[in-house]
Amino acid sequence: MRKKTVHINSLKGWLYLLPAILFLGIFMVYPLIDVFVYSFEEGYNSASQTYFGTGFYNYSYVLHDPYFLQAVKNTFILVIITVPLSTGIALLISIGLQAVKPLRELLQTIYFLPYVTNTLAVGMVFMILFKKTAYSEGLINLLITWLGGTGVDFIDGPYWAKMFVLCFYTVWVVMPFKILILTGALAGVDRQYYHAARVDGTSKFRIFMRITLPMISPMIFYLVITGFIGAFKAYSDVVALFGTNLNAAQMNTMVGYVYDMLYGDSGGYPSYASAAAIILFAIILTITCINLLIRLKNQPDS
Amino acid sequence: MKVVLENLTKIFPGRDRKKGEKVVAVSHFNFEIPDGKLIGLLGPSGCGKSTTLNLISGLVKPTEGRIFFGEDDVTELPPENRGIGLVFQNYALYPHLTVRQNILFPLQNLKGKDKLSKEEMDRKVMEAAKLVQIDELMERRPRELSGGQQQRVAIARAMVKMPKVLLLDEPLSNLDARLRLKTREEIRRIQQETKITTIFVTHDQEEAMSISDMIVVMKEGVVHQIGRPQEVYDSPVNLFVAKFLGTPPINVFQGTIRGDRLYIGGDAVLSVDGVCDKEVYVGVRPEGFVLQKEGAFGCHLNRVEVMGRDISVVSAHKECFNETVRSIIGTETRSDIGIDHAVQDGIVRFSLIPHKVFLFDRETEERIEAEVRSL
Repeated sequence: MRKKTVHINSLKGWLYLLPAILFLGIFMVYPLIDVFVYSFEEGYNSASQTYFGTGFYNYSYVLHDPYFLQAVKNTFILVIITVPLSTGIALLISIGLQAVKPLRELLQTIYFLPYVTNTLAVGMVFMILFKKTAYSEGLINLLITWLGGTGVDFIDGPYWAKMFVLCFYTVWVVMPFKILILTGALAGVDRQYYHAARVDGTSKFRIFMRITLPMISPMIFYLVITGFIGAFKAYSDVVALFGTNLNAAQMNTMVGYVYDMLYGDSGGYPSYASAAAIILFAIILTITCINLLIRLKNQPDS
Repeated sequence: MKVVLENLTKIFPGRDRKKGEKVVAVSHFNFEIPDGKLIGLLGPSGCGKSTTLNLISGLVKPTEGRIFFGEDDVTELPPENRGIGLVFQNYALYPHLTVRQNILFPLQNLKGKDKLSKEEMDRKVMEAAKLVQIDELMERRPRELSGGQQQRVAIARAMVKMPKVLLLDEPLSNLDARLRLKTREEIRRIQQETKITTIFVTHDQEEAMSISDMIVVMKEGVVHQIGRPQEVYDSPVNLFVAKFLGTPPINVFQGTIRGDRLYIGGDAVLSVDGVCDKEVYVGVRPEGFVLQKEGAFGCHLNRVEVMGRDISVVSAHKECFNETVRSIIGTETRSDIGIDHAVQDGIVRFSLIPHKVFLFDRETEERIEAEVRSL
C-alpha cells in the first residue's frame, strides 16, 4: 500500500517537471548533443544532411587554422586581463561607495548605468572616443596629442592598441554588475563583526583582509567564475568595436570564429563550427573546475 | 578597575522623516561601579541599557558627561585603547575562523612592545579557553558549536587580552531556558575567578537579580534605582521598579489612607504611620499574602495552582490593576491553615505582611515613605 503511494507521488513529481524537462531537452540538451555529433562528422552539410565520414578531422582542421589560433589567443588575453582587473576595480569602487555617505545613491546609479545601456550603443560611444575618421582623430587621440604624445589608431591600428580598447571596453561594461553584487555583499556583512574587531584594536587593513574579504569571498568567487565564462563568450562587444570582418582585423574571438564558420562570409561549415564550439566548451569547463578546486582548497569545509 | 560614569548623556538625532525629533537614549547617568563587581543593567527594551554599554565600550560617543576607568578619563579614547572586552548579543564570532583563531584574533592585533611571541599567544589562548571550558573544541568553527559553546568562545575572545572591564550585551538572550540558567552561573564563576569588573545588559530581571552584585534599573534613558538586588526588590523607589522586578509581578491596587488605616476597596487592611488621608497605589508582593480565616483582605477566588514547593492562589479584586491577584503561599503557611479554611462563599481571606506592601503616590508614582504595620 505504502509503496504504491510513493510510486504515484514520484510519478506526479515527474509530471510537474515535464514542461521544464521538455523545454530544456529540446532547446538545450538536444542541440548540445547535436553539436557534439557534428563535430565528429566530416564535411557535414545541413541542407542535404550528408557527411563524408567520421573522425577527428574537424578538430585537427580547426586547431591548425591560424584564424582560430588568433581567436584563442585574443580570447585568453581578454580573459586574463579583464577578469581580475574588473573584479579588483569593482571591489575598490564598492568599498569606496560604502565609505561615502553623501551622493551614494547618485554614484551607485552612475556606476550602474552601463549595465542597462545597449552594447551596440556603448560600442558607438567607444568608436567616437577611439576611432580615427576623416573628420576627427577620436577624443582619446586628441587628449594624447594635447598631452604631447602621438596619436594611435585604436580601431584600425596596431594589435596592442586594439586589444587595449577591447579590454578597456570589457572592463567598463562588466563593472556595474560586479559593483552591484559587491556593494550588496559588503552591506550584508554584519556590523557587529566590525564592532568586535574595532574593540579588539584591529587595523583597518587587517579588518579588510581577515574579516571583510573572507566574508564576501563567495560573492567574489561567483563574480570570477561568471566573469571567466562571460569573457570567454565575448563576441558582440568585439563586433560593436571592430565591425564584422574580425579575422581580417586580427580581433576575432572564439565565439566569433564559431559564428563566422556558420554564417560569416566564409561560412557554411557547421562541422568546423561545432568542433570549435566543443573546444571552447572544454576550455571553459576546465577553467571552472580549476576555480572550484581552488575554492575548495581554501575553504575545506564548505 | 572601578568605572565611573559622570552625568553620562546620549542623544541620538532623529532619522529620515523624524529629523527634528531627538531621541534621548541615556540621560544624566551617574554611577560609580566598584572594582571587581558584577553589575547588571536592567530595563525593558529601548530603555538605553545597550547604549550605556556602548558608551562605556567607546563604540558610541556620549553627547555629554564623562567616563572614567579608575582615575583615567577615557571619554575621548577609542574602544581599542580602553582595555575592554565586549561580548555581543549574537556573539559576533568570525564564522570563517576556528575557535582557536577567533580567540587568537585580538592578540594578533597587538603591536610594538605589546607584541607577543607565538608561544605566549598560544599559552594565553589556551588559558582563556580553559577558563570557559572549551579547550576541547579549539579546531571547530562557530557554526559547529551549540549556542552555549558559542557564547563561551565569545567570552574567551573578550577575556584573552585580560581586559580591565568586561562588557556583555544581553549575553543569555540567545540561549534556551536551561542553558541560560547554566550559563549565567558560568558567567558568575568566571567573573569571580578573574575579578574583572563586569557589566552586563539584560531585560530579564531574574537573570540580573540572580548573579549581579548590583543592579541598575533603567527606563527611557533614566536610571530609576541602583542597588543590591535584594535591596532593590525589598524597597523599590517607585512603581515602575516595583512592577519590573519579581515573578510573578507585584499586585497593584488602588488604595486610600483614611486616618491611620489603609483601605483597599472596603477593607481596612493595614495601619499606616506618617501619612494620612491620601489616595495611593498599593503594591503587594505575591509572597506578601497570608491565608487567614479572619484576614482583613478579601478577594474572589478563581483557582488554586499547586506548584509543588508552594501553592499559588489566583483571585480577583475590583481595585486591582493586574488581571488577577497572584499570591504565593509557602508550604508552612498552607499546612498551618488550609486553603479551605480561608475561603467562604468564594471569597478568600488574607492578611498582608507589612514589609511586602509598598505605597506609591498616585501622581508621581514615587514610593511613599511611611511605616506600614499590621492591624
